[in-house]
Amino acid sequence: MSRVAEFLLRRKGGKGWHWTDIVTWVWLVGGLFIMFGPAVWLVGSSFKSPAALAEFPPSILPYVTQKATVEGYDKPLDLYDVTLPDGSKATLAEVRRIGIISQMVDPQKPGEIIKVNIAERTPVRQMSFATGNYTEPFTQFDFVRYLWNSVFVTVTATLITLVVNSMAAFALSKYEFRGRTFAMLLILATLMVPLSVIMVPLYSIISALGLFNNLWGVILPTVATPTGVFILRQYMLTIPDELIDAARMDKASEWQIYWRIILPLTAPALAVLAIFSVVWRWNDFLWPLIVLSRKELYTLQVGLSIYSGELNVQWHFILAMTVVTMIPVVLVFIFLQRFITTGIAGTGLK
Amino acid sequence: MGHIKLTNVTKSFGAVDVIHGINLEIANGELVVFVGPSGCGKSTLLRIIAGLEKPTGGELAIDGKVVNDTPAADRGLAMVFQSYALYPHMSVRQNLAFGLENTKMPKAEITERITEAARMLEIEPYLDRRPGQLSGGQRQRVAIGRAIVRRPVAFLLDEPLSNLDAELRGSTRAELAALHARLSATMIYVTHDQVEAMTLADRIVVLRAGRIEQIGTPLELYNSPANRFVAGFIGSPHMNFLEGTVEAVQSGKAIAALPGGQRIEIAVNGANIGKGARITVGVRPQHITVGSDAAGIPASIKLVEALGSETVIHADVSGQKILVVAPGQHNLTPGTELRLSLAAAPLHLFNERGLRLDHAV
Repeated sequence: MSRVAEFLLRRKGGKGWHWTDIVTWVWLVGGLFIMFGPAVWLVGSSFKSPAALAEFPPSILPYVTQKATVEGYDKPLDLYDVTLPDGSKATLAEVRRIGIISQMVDPQKPGEIIKVNIAERTPVRQMSFATGNYTEPFTQFDFVRYLWNSVFVTVTATLITLVVNSMAAFALSKYEFRGRTFAMLLILATLMVPLSVIMVPLYSIISALGLFNNLWGVILPTVATPTGVFILRQYMLTIPDELIDAARMDKASEWQIYWRIILPLTAPALAVLAIFSVVWRWNDFLWPLIVLSRKELYTLQVGLSIYSGELNVQWHFILAMTVVTMIPVVLVFIFLQRFITTGIAGTGLK
Repeated sequence: MGHIKLTNVTKSFGAVDVIHGINLEIANGELVVFVGPSGCGKSTLLRIIAGLEKPTGGELAIDGKVVNDTPAADRGLAMVFQSYALYPHMSVRQNLAFGLENTKMPKAEITERITEAARMLEIEPYLDRRPGQLSGGQRQRVAIGRAIVRRPVAFLLDEPLSNLDAELRGSTRAELAALHARLSATMIYVTHDQVEAMTLADRIVVLRAGRIEQIGTPLELYNSPANRFVAGFIGSPHMNFLEGTVEAVQSGKAIAALPGGQRIEIAVNGANIGKGARITVGVRPQHITVGSDAAGIPASIKLVEALGSETVIHADVSGQKILVVAPGQHNLTPGTELRLSLAAAPLHLFNERGLRLDHAV
C-alpha cells in the first residue's frame, strides 16, 4: 500500500511539489475519472433496480433500502436507522410519512407507533445486485438471436473488410500505374462524405439489389473503408520492394506475393484495422436500423432500442444489455492489442 | 546453358537515360563482374537481365532465346539481393522452399535440394530459425542458398557482400569463388568494390554513367586500361595521374614537361603524339621508386602511412598529388623532400580526352 502511495505521489526531482507535478496529477486523475467513470457507472448501474436508478443523488454501486416484514402490515416496510428524542439509536420500520413526520414501528414490538422527524432517520441500505436486469432480457426478448445477428455481421464484415482493403492497399502501395496517387486521394476524399448524405442513394441500391431486410445488406456497404485502405497502404509502403522482387524471382504469382508475403508482413496493421472494424460494425446503429425492419434480423444495437419506447424507457434493461454488448469489443481489443505493439518479430533485411 | 547476350540494351526512367546501348556477351559458366561507381547503372543492368526492369530498347537473349517479354519468373535465373531480401516471417527452410513450391516440385525433391544446399553452405543448424535470428553472414548464406536450390541457368548477385564486415567479406569472397568453381554456373556479380571484382572475376565489365568503359580480364584491365577512368578505378591505391605537355618526340621517346618544369622521358612505341600535345601520364603507386637520385622528380612529403609491410607516401609534385607505395619500412617525416623515379615504371599515356594512347606498357 505504501509502495502504491509512493508511486502515485512521485514527484519531479523527488522533493517538493513543482507546479508541473500538480498539473500532471490533476490532468491524469481527471482523465481517469472522465474516461473510466462512465464505464464504472454503467456497470454499477446495470445492477440497479428501476427505483434505485431513479434515485437522487445517484450512487455508483447498486444499493437498495432494506425491508422488513412486520406483523400486522401486508407489505414489507422500509427500515430506517433512527435517532430517538432521548438520544438513543434504533432500527425502525416506516409505516407511513405525513409531512415531515414519519410514523414508525419497531419490528420487534409492532403494536406501538413512534413518530419521528424525517431529518432524524436514515435508510438502512445494503448492496444488492439486480441480476434480473441480465437474466430477464434473455428469456423475455430474443437476445440470443440479436447476438447471433450481430456476431455474424461483425465477423463477416470484418473478414471481408480485411481482404478487400488489403488488396486495394497492396495495389496502391506496390504497383506503379498512372493515376495511382489520384486513386488514393479519391479514396481518402470519401472520408469527407458522411453516411447521412449517401443514406438515401445507398438505400435505393440495397433495395434494388434485393438486400433489404437481409444481413448482407448491412454488411456489404460497409466493407470498403477509406481509413482501412489508408492504414494498410501506409504500412505496406514500409515493406521493402526487394522482398517482392525476390518473390517474383522465386516464381511467385502476384496472388502468392499478396497472400504469402505481403499479408503476413502486414499483420500488425491488419490487427489495428480488425479492431476498428469490429468496433464499428458492432456499434453500428443507424444503417442496420434502416436496412432491417424484421425483428428476427435485428442486431444487438437495433434490438436494444426496443427498450426505449416513446413513453417509457427501461433503463435497467438498456444498461445491462449495453454491458453485455460491450464485452465482445473489450475482449477483441484485449486479444488483438498485443499484435499492434509486437510488430513483426524479426526482419530478413539488414 | 547460361549464355547471356545483350544487344544495344537501353533503359530510361522517364526522360532520364540510365543505360546507353549496352552490348555484352556472357559465356556459359563465366563469372562476370559489373563494376563501377554508384549510379553507373550496374544494378539497373542486372535488374534488366533478371527481368525486374524492362529494357527501353535493345534485345536480351538467354541461351539464344530473346527474353525481352519473358517475365522474371520464367527466365530461369536466380538473384541474390544486396539486402538479402529473405522473407522475415518464414523459417530458413521455408525461405529456401518457397521458390521450389511455386514450381509445384514434389516434396521429396524439395527436401533433397534443401539438404544439399544447406550442407554445401553449412547452414544446416539454422534451418528452422527465422532470418531475424541469424547473423549477417548466416543470412548471406541463406540468400545464396535460396538461389542455389533453384538450380538456375545463371546466378545474379547484386552487391552480395556489401553488408558484411571486412573480415567476413574476405572469407565469403573466397567461398563464392569456390562455389562458382564447384557449380560452374554462369554468374553475374555487381559490385562497386574493385578488389572484389579483381579477385572474383573471369571478366570485368567497367561501367560508367550507363556506358561500358571496358571489358576484359582483371589483369587486362590492370595492365592496359582503355581510358583514364578505368585506369583510376582499377587498382588500389588508385593510379597517379600527372598532367604534362609533350615538348619533343624523337626516336621512340617523348619528352613531357610537367607543370613544375620537370621533364620526364616516355617510351612512345608508336603512339601517335605530336609536339605540344597535352597528355596525362598514369603511373601506379607501386611502380614508383623512392630514392635520392638527382635525376628523380622532387616531391615533398605530405603524409606517411606506415603499414608495416609497405609504406604509403602521400607526396606533392609541383601541385599535383602523388601516391607512392614503397615496399618495406621507411623512416620518412612529412615536410621533407624526396626524389621519385619513374624509370622502372610502366607508364600509361592518355590523351586530352582521357583515352589511352596506344603503346605497349
